[in-house]
Amino acid sequence: MIEIEGITKRYDATTVVDDVSMVIEPRTIAVIVGTSGSGKTTLLRMINRLVEPTAGIIRLDGNDNRSQPDYELRRSIGYAIQGHGLFPHRTVAQNIATVPVLLGWDKARIKARVDELMTLYQLDPEAYGPRYPHELSGGQQQRVGVARALAAEPNVLLMDEPFGALDPIIRTKAQEDLLAIQKRFGTTIILVTHDMEEAVRMGDKIAVMDAGKLVQYAKPAEILAKPASDFVETLVGASEKPFRLLSLGRVSDAVEKGTAEGEAIPGDASQRDALAELLWSGRSALPVKGEDGKPLGRVTVDGLVKRAARPA
Amino acid sequence: MRIRFDKLGVVIAAIAAYAAFLAPFATFRANRIVPGEARSILEALPATTGPLLLAIVVAGALIALLKTPLVLRLAASVVALAALATLIGVAGSFLTPAGNTFARISPASGFWLLIFAFTLLLADVLTRLNLSPWARVGVLVVAALAIGLLLISGQWNSLSILKEYANRADSFWAEGSKHVTLALGSLVAAVVVGLPLGILCHRVEKLRAGALNVLNIIQTIPSIALFGLLIAPLGWVAAHVPGAAALGIRGIGTAPAFVALFLYSLLPVVANTVVGLAGVPRAANDAARGMGMTDRQRLFGVEFPLAFPVILTGIRIVLVQNIGLATIAALIGGGGFGVFVFQGVGQTAMDLVLLGAVPTVALAFAAAIILDAVIEMTATKRRVETA
Repeated sequence: MIEIEGITKRYDATTVVDDVSMVIEPRTIAVIVGTSGSGKTTLLRMINRLVEPTAGIIRLDGNDNRSQPDYELRRSIGYAIQGHGLFPHRTVAQNIATVPVLLGWDKARIKARVDELMTLYQLDPEAYGPRYPHELSGGQQQRVGVARALAAEPNVLLMDEPFGALDPIIRTKAQEDLLAIQKRFGTTIILVTHDMEEAVRMGDKIAVMDAGKLVQYAKPAEILAKPASDFVETLVGASEKPFRLLSLGRVSDAVEKGTAEGEAIPGDASQRDALAELLWSGRSALPVKGEDGKPLGRVTVDGLVKRAARPA
Repeated sequence: MRIRFDKLGVVIAAIAAYAAFLAPFATFRANRIVPGEARSILEALPATTGPLLLAIVVAGALIALLKTPLVLRLAASVVALAALATLIGVAGSFLTPAGNTFARISPASGFWLLIFAFTLLLADVLTRLNLSPWARVGVLVVAALAIGLLLISGQWNSLSILKEYANRADSFWAEGSKHVTLALGSLVAAVVVGLPLGILCHRVEKLRAGALNVLNIIQTIPSIALFGLLIAPLGWVAAHVPGAAALGIRGIGTAPAFVALFLYSLLPVVANTVVGLAGVPRAANDAARGMGMTDRQRLFGVEFPLAFPVILTGIRIVLVQNIGLATIAALIGGGGFGVFVFQGVGQTAMDLVLLGAVPTVALAFAAAIILDAVIEMTATKRRVETA
């Protein structure tokens, strides 16, 4: 659990982060959204003390983050940034091993962990381990960056626009991978982005920041349904709201009784995808199948449209 | 078939043609200080070898002139250079009257131009072959061995520059080692001081502008003026600091030469360290900090290795510059190859000047090739990330 209490950061007369308090539950993903200059990156960097706050306190599992030397604190927290920041003079394997080496793990344990992470990220350790970062594609570099951040099995992972430099297709894949890995390791993730789409997709909770202040901190559905201010409303994008709302729900939650013609849609697809498929194919209903391939029922345009309406 | 010309080859062929047919190949002098008489290739060599050399030069020039395969060009340049190097020695023996120890035979403009032309061809071929760093050092070693063999074999002993050497063999090696000590010693001192200073300049912004400006100003002081400026303070140190004189510190001699070379070396070392450290990708630095490296671990593990090729470039500049500048040290009694240059100038004996100048140039050239190779080897794996 991460408790941020009354955190303020001032540079001379400019207040970059203004009295922010929030609690991030363990094993969840909190996404901090805001425009550039909103203080979201500064807030993130105060958690691992790359920036020291002017006032306030941050507690990790109850311990003040100033209770140990800053470099020791940082070794216990994963850190991944935009442009991944891989060391160009070290191989992929050496890059991933950075924190374990700093922590003094023995060689066998380091190698096992590096191999495990590379396999997890679909990079063959034999083939890619000895390569240098510039020999990889952008998507591969990004995966190595996240693998490196996770190497020492941190409970907390800080990510600053980790997908910012990726093209849309690779980005979607990277987001899915991260969600899968978060489930697997149960890591608490705090992710900074300016992309509301990404926030809705990734976040268990979303924190919206504007001009250094925390404007709203709530579940995605609530942010969409009840934006706390005009700023949040603009950030959400008025015309996008219904679709974002639908993208939060699974098809299996919108299943109605009955049957329909044509190719079935899997139950774990998003309701937004189901609506898109219905509209595009000009049908009024789609069959839904479960993970085992058995029919679950159907989804209808009318049913989905009702779900896309502003919640009461 | 259309005949196609090589652009550089046209220049090489023109130089070779002028040098072979119009310029003198060797100079004959009755003794070491009288003006010389020019001898063409046919006059300077025995009846059989003269035409042979002309044929080799003409063939080599034609190969250079036309668009020919690289291997052929490589062979042509190597054969021509080898022939020139061997036959200049033959010319020396041929032109020296039997039993005459005063006569001096030296290579003349035609010979030097031919060497230049075919070295140009060789350099062009080597560049186009895109050799690996190790291969380039290998070529250098082979060339050095070939020259060494020619020297040991006595093939060149009849040439004036080696006659000057024969008279000064002992002092040649003594001055040579002094020269290398001055150039390398001041470099080592500059690296020992300059690297930490560069790191400090990188970390402390206020210091950076000041330090670099001071070093820039030192760099603009002419070397002789700097020697002059150092005489007074070093003389004072020698007179007033106990033990300083015993260490060899005096107003003139090796000490001021060493200090001057050291001061000249500082700017390239410090400036390149600062530039190299500034060129370390921001993201890599941020990641290093964010993952819990201490400042020291970040400096030695990330910043320094990434800045290393740029720092090495500074060291290369300094070494080549120092090998040349150390020549001037002789002016204030600092020793080195400059001793022969200034003695030769004083005696109007060009051969003696060459005895000082040729090894200096060869040293600088070899240092440049070796350090370039080292820089390339360290840089290949450290390309800056593109993101």
